[in-house]
Amino acid sequence: MKKSLLVLTTLALGISLAACGKNDNSNNASNNGASSSAPASAAISGAFSAAGSTALQPLVDQASKKFMDLNKDVTITVNGGGSGAGLSQVAEGTVQIGNSDVFAEEKLKDADADKAKELVDHQVAVVSIAAVSNKDVGVDNLTKAQLVDIFTGKVTNWKDVGGKDQKIVLVNRPASSGTRATFENFALGAKSEDLPDSITEDASGTVRKLVSETPGAIGYLALSYLDDTIQALKYEGVEATAENVASGTYPVWAYEHMYTKGEPDGALKAFLDYMLSDEIQGTDVKDLGYIPVSDMKVTRDVEGNVTNK
Amino acid sequence: MTQTRQAADAIANDGRGKFPKHKLEELRGRGYVMFCVLLLIVIIFSIVYFIASRGLTPFASQGVSVGEMIGGLKWSPEADTPRFGALPFLFGSFATSLLAAIIAAPLGICAAIFMTEMMPKVGKNILQPAIELLAGVPSVVYGFVGLSVIVPFLRDVFPGQGVGILAGGIVLSVMILPTITTVATDALRSLPAGLKEGSYALGATRWQTISRLVIPTTLPSLMTGIVLGIARAFGEALAVQMVIGNAPHIPHSLTQSAATLTSIITLSMGNTTSGSLHNNALWSLALILLIMTFLFVFVVRLLERRVKHA
Amino acid sequence: MKAKSVDRIMTGVIVGIGFLIIALLAALLGYLLIRGVGHISWHFLTSAPESIRAGGGIGPQLFNSLFLLVLTMIITVPLGLGAGIYMSEYAKQNRLTAFIRLIVEVLSSFPSIVVGLFGLLVIVNRFGLGLSLMSGALALTVFNLPLMVRITEQALRAVPREQKEAGLALGLSRWRTITTVMLPISLPAIVTGTILAAGRVFGEAAALLFTAGMSSPRLDFTDWNPLHHTSPLNPFRPAETLAVHIWKVNSEGLAPDAAQIAAGASAVLVITVLLFNLGARWFGRALYRKLTAGR
Repeated sequence: MKKSLLVLTTLALGISLAACGKNDNSNNASNNGASSSAPASAAISGAFSAAGSTALQPLVDQASKKFMDLNKDVTITVNGGGSGAGLSQVAEGTVQIGNSDVFAEEKLKDADADKAKELVDHQVAVVSIAAVSNKDVGVDNLTKAQLVDIFTGKVTNWKDVGGKDQKIVLVNRPASSGTRATFENFALGAKSEDLPDSITEDASGTVRKLVSETPGAIGYLALSYLDDTIQALKYEGVEATAENVASGTYPVWAYEHMYTKGEPDGALKAFLDYMLSDEIQGTDVKDLGYIPVSDMKVTRDVEGNVTNK
Repeated sequence: MTQTRQAADAIANDGRGKFPKHKLEELRGRGYVMFCVLLLIVIIFSIVYFIASRGLTPFASQGVSVGEMIGGLKWSPEADTPRFGALPFLFGSFATSLLAAIIAAPLGICAAIFMTEMMPKVGKNILQPAIELLAGVPSVVYGFVGLSVIVPFLRDVFPGQGVGILAGGIVLSVMILPTITTVATDALRSLPAGLKEGSYALGATRWQTISRLVIPTTLPSLMTGIVLGIARAFGEALAVQMVIGNAPHIPHSLTQSAATLTSIITLSMGNTTSGSLHNNALWSLALILLIMTFLFVFVVRLLERRVKHA
Repeated sequence: MKAKSVDRIMTGVIVGIGFLIIALLAALLGYLLIRGVGHISWHFLTSAPESIRAGGGIGPQLFNSLFLLVLTMIITVPLGLGAGIYMSEYAKQNRLTAFIRLIVEVLSSFPSIVVGLFGLLVIVNRFGLGLSLMSGALALTVFNLPLMVRITEQALRAVPREQKEAGLALGLSRWRTITTVMLPISLPAIVTGTILAAGRVFGEAAALLFTAGMSSPRLDFTDWNPLHHTSPLNPFRPAETLAVHIWKVNSEGLAPDAAQIAAGASAVLVITVLLFNLGARWFGRALYRKLTAGR
């Protein structure tokens, strides 16, 4: 049941992608002379709101502003609140789009599983996560086994993984975090532990600050937050770059999802199509450190099975 | 139509006869203030009702026991067999707010003595506005300063990562200093002047008067201020979350990562879907916070009763 | 002699602590201002924030904070005055009054996060107001109201008995006496208290995260029709306040100048609170002089 739904979703996504591509070519006489590849031909009107993932919020926010410039009669409000809040609100119908860092099936489980079935997935970007460390630990590459040892507390000193004689300080995310789920699923392949003495922060900015300042610290961040105050670690010798993610060699990534309750139509559909158009995928998605879905040479389903496109 | 209007007129006339204008006015005013008070009562009952209705769900229908929540040491809400032991958070909340009080109480009381007994002029013109300003600084800003200044400082001075109960306690102590100082100042000011003069007349020094007379007589009031400060520290969320580390364990030292009830709520509330066990467990933590508020108010009440008897 | 020297030492200690607190505040203010003031400019105060590029401002956030404050005060002041008048003038010494007093006390000591969660559950979801300025204002009302009640009650109690009795003796109804005689006399105290309470509303973040939202939709500052979606005056739009913005920029900020923006915004916030405090003192004193000099 779940599988067939997934196939349907992927199919729908593929079709909408294709449709989008067509629209790009037949871009005839858009309103008010704005050069746009968006499907802005007919007058679209409506008001809807999105809520959820704080990581995805800047992208949707940016896209919605552009979209509203093109379509003056559309009003979109974009809010944060967290993936869980986004999913519950879209399932309850209080918002029309629920932004999430994880598949709805991972959050809406057990008694809520029926709610997840009503939701339609729109994968708008790919986010990749890299393990990062303080600059002075003397290690720039970790294997999967080493990472597991570190994040489960088996290894507590950098010298055991080939670095300096320094205590390892874990900067983890809360158990409910989508970023942590992605890191655990695809980098560790196991659940990490909330160890005593480890630091837990939800916000990427705070994680970066703590990792950059605390001697011996290790954490993980989305690629957009990497800068020269911290050191990004290679995973099994592979660097976390957009190219490596797109080609499938770097495995620690996840989709950013925008969920609707049932198939979208009207302005809502136009906006979701716009999210996948070159106008957004080619510019804002990259600017914000995401990887465009269309660049991906591999796909992944809710169970984590990766297939070549 | 006309009949009803006539009837209405009759009633109105009748009313005017019985109620002169100012009586009507009085009635309207009284009605309005009663409405305002009623609103207060409605607000508080709905808060308690709604928080409790969510916070009790894990115990009522999702198989978590109250004992596990209050006495359990392991908090792993997303594990395959989830555990909801909130004792580390209770411990963290109590430890940080008590530590904050231990730091802030002597400072606040000294500031109050300074303002009332030593240098009233400097006190009124500089210290009091300064303390009012401390009360006005937003908690987000305190958290930011804590993370940028206090955590790195503690990391350099003590073993550990700088985050933890000590960092949380220091940040909170600055935040509750105004509460303690204000209450203490009010208490010292309300002391009858004759009492102090009597003491001085007997040849006591200023410090003797303060330590043997002023502080003992105002002690219940001073305690009230301290408890109010602890209550405020207990409920503070964002500033603490930024500096405490948030590891769900009881720490072994003051500079080891710990967590409070509020910090865990702010960390996870948005990431969980409403209705899920994890989410409801967070509401239970909010319910614990609510109950603690009632307890604090109760303690303050007891202290105030002692003030009246003294 | 010994008592004297102990006295001298303790005096020194207490005076020292007094100045230590002043120094602490000066250091705190200095730290915030020195880091932030350099970033404050007209552009910073008026332009919209940027999520990716540098050079974003805090214009909408500053406006939202002030507007939210006004909204909250419009709701709180009449209700707080009403309940305060009841407590000081109408309430009898009985169980019910004691109970209401307890409620005011409990309400004022609720953690702001609990109020925020309540707002999320009831105002945002059940009433369907969504994450909006109105939801934020209602949540702030919950903890501003008890403060207002207490301020009003204390101010009214401080009115000399004779004034009140004179009013009543002139044949005015009790309500009339309160509104025309007692309220004007206590107004300076009420105004000062209200402005100080407003300072706290201005810096609140925890409750607003869950009620007013963390987004800043594009505002059209030429459109002042409160019913339009892009109008700044629309109370049903989501709004990020300055304090929430600092929290967001610190935690998830992607702009390269996020740290400066946070520092600048903190400085703006502190300066505003400082202005509130000074303004409250000055305004209260001026009002007092004006109201008393004529009589």
